Amino acid sequence: MPSGVLVFGEATEDGKLNPVTAELLGAAQRLGGPITCALLGAGVEGLAQECAGFGAQKVIVVDDPILAEYQGDAYLPPAVRITKEVDPSVVLLPQTMKGRDLAPRLAQRLNTAVAMDCVAIEQQSDKLIAERPAYGGSARARYTFNGSPQIVTVRAKALEPAQARAGAQAEIVKQPAGVTPDQVRTRIIDRRKEKAEGVRLEDAKVVVGGGRGMGGPEAFGQLEELAHILGGAVGASRAVCDLGWYPVAAQVGLTGKIVTPDLYIAVGISGASQHMAGISSVKNIVAINKDPDASIFKASRWAVVGDWKDIMPAFTAKVKELKAS
Amino acid sequence: MPHIICLAKQVPDPETPASQFRVDEAAKRVIPAPGIQPVPSQFDTIGVEGALRIKDKIPDTTITILSLGPDSSRDTIKHCLAMGADEGVHINDPAVNEADHWATAEVLAAAIQKLAPYDLIIAGRQAVDWDMGVVGSTIAEILGVPVITIGKDVQYENGVVRVERVLMDGFETVEAPTPCVVTVSNELGEPRYPQLRQIMLAARKEVKAWTVSDLGIPTPQNRTKLEALFVPETKVETEFIDGDTPQEKAEKLAGRLREAKLI
Ligand SMILES: Cc1cc2nc3c(=O)[nH]c(=O)nc-3n(C[C@H](O)[C@H](O)[C@H](O)COP(=O)(O)OP(=O)(O)OC[C@H]3O[C@@H](n4cnc5c(N)ncnc54)[C@H](O)[C@@H]3O)c2cc1C
Ligand SMILES: Nc1ncnc2c1ncn2[C@@H]1O[C@H](COP(=O)(O)O)[C@@H](O)[C@H]1O
Repeated sequence: MPSGVLVFGEATEDGKLNPVTAELLGAAQRLGGPITCALLGAGVEGLAQECAGFGAQKVIVVDDPILAEYQGDAYLPPAVRITKEVDPSVVLLPQTMKGRDLAPRLAQRLNTAVAMDCVAIEQQSDKLIAERPAYGGSARARYTFNGSPQIVTVRAKALEPAQARAGAQAEIVKQPAGVTPDQVRTRIIDRRKEKAEGVRLEDAKVVVGGGRGMGGPEAFGQLEELAHILGGAVGASRAVCDLGWYPVAAQVGLTGKIVTPDLYIAVGISGASQHMAGISSVKNIVAINKDPDASIFKASRWAVVGDWKDIMPAFTAKVKELKAS
Repeated sequence: MPHIICLAKQVPDPETPASQFRVDEAAKRVIPAPGIQPVPSQFDTIGVEGALRIKDKIPDTTITILSLGPDSSRDTIKHCLAMGADEGVHINDPAVNEADHWATAEVLAAAIQKLAPYDLIIAGRQAVDWDMGVVGSTIAEILGVPVITIGKDVQYENGVVRVERVLMDGFETVEAPTPCVVTVSNELGEPRYPQLRQIMLAARKEVKAWTVSDLGIPTPQNRTKLEALFVPETKVETEFIDGDTPQEKAEKLAGRLREAKLI
């Protein structure tokens, strides 16, 4: 009988444990049963103890140079092998670039299904219920699975993380990847980072979001100024990124980044469901929009109807003054 | 003569205003908004655009559009043909009306095998109804071919596909031998819009209609069950900041944020 939860942990590019791992392990604890954490990558062995602290009873580490850069073909064989070995009832992966690429292929190799990008999971008698946004965030869908294991990818910052316990012990097992280079059919030719200065969008406590209503790329300077004063970051709607006014890496929303600041200031953004999907857990939204019927206002705690060109300079000046006092 | 198969799903218009978006909770279905026609899923026309850019460079490329769906899905195929694709295949079978993502992938993979040989299969990063993002990769696994997801640029030459992928904080370029599946994202660019002449030409292009039995596979079983579909509640009390001048509104707003200790 399959039992327990297998969590695929993830390391960040600078070799730390991606915080989403603690969220997955928190969810695993609430589901109940034995918890195994798998860590795949190169240079990830040192993170095993941290996973134990978050409640994993067993950590399977596959630390192998062939996994240095994510490629589905390289990650898949160890992921399939570990899942078969552990024989869990539930498998959790993060909805990250890696998780969203790996999970559907893992599901297919195991003849099962995956519910992608879930924001809530619960166990009801012997069934897992996976809840996820659909229709660009306009709807929520709940799924159950006909087969096993029940695989779910989880949206970052949607679930309560496990609390770290010092001195927690886990059985740590090292395994080779068991992948030969000829099994990896893809080849990475080149990788470039879009340079992000200052606070990372995902970590920012304040995000100033700009939309098509900004009218052009130059106007984003004003948003950057405000973000700088508030120690925050600038985000953008897809319309803005598609127009090339601001880098793709700043896109907030369904197909961009999910952000969770304490305060989101939306300027010239209409509030399409796909944009709101990226800020659905933000409690304090301010919207500045010249259209009194803009749908962003429905989700906003404070609404200012007006042209941003008239509002922003005075607002920024006042914020600066208040910050200084 | 490269052969590219583009997957295209018809969906309710994702730009339906929120005020007109309704679900039938008992039937677990979206109620079509009055007067708003279903459309080709956005990332799928972007995929066709990617295929057409290859055809622009290699003119003897054949592009086949493959769609599974009800009668109206033919409109989606016709739209893609009017964009410049060559042939259409419509899998229209009540037996798979309720197909989940895995049953859909199995049917599409069987159709692709029937359309072989093929070099490239292009799918959307996700269909914009359920936003699941699994069918492209699942098909690659069924067919045993490599897959590159979330592409913004797709180049094909001599049995090698080279895809620029969108990462969270940048881009990477990945190569794979064909046949191969590629899924595409909006960063690829705007899909071309059919001109009148092309729409007329497309009327003459062939759309084959197949059922599951034409594919020589048993009707695939669903692996998931949709238990509920609903519109999530958003209850926010909005304060409209008033004032006689923009300056007054702006200062009042800043004051509110200070009171709430947000700045
Ligand atoms: C499958 C899919 C995925 C998507 N994913 C995303 C996503 O991840 N992120 C995302 O953002 N979008 C996404 N979209 C696009 C989304 O549907 C909207 O098209 C987009 O968010 C609109 O951007 P916008 O609000 O900047 O522009 P618009 O909708 O054009 O709104 C501009 C707003 O600015 C206001 N305005 C104009 N001038 C001024 C002024 N001078 N002062 C004040 N206000 C002004 C207008 O009143 C209007 O409300 C997706 C769409 C689809 C179909
Ligand atoms: N019924 C369908 N007919 C044709 N293509 C489909 C269908 N369902 C999914 N696809 C393709 O698979 C992609 C991803 O879909 P999904 O996994 O459902 O989000 C879509 O963008 C389409 O390219």
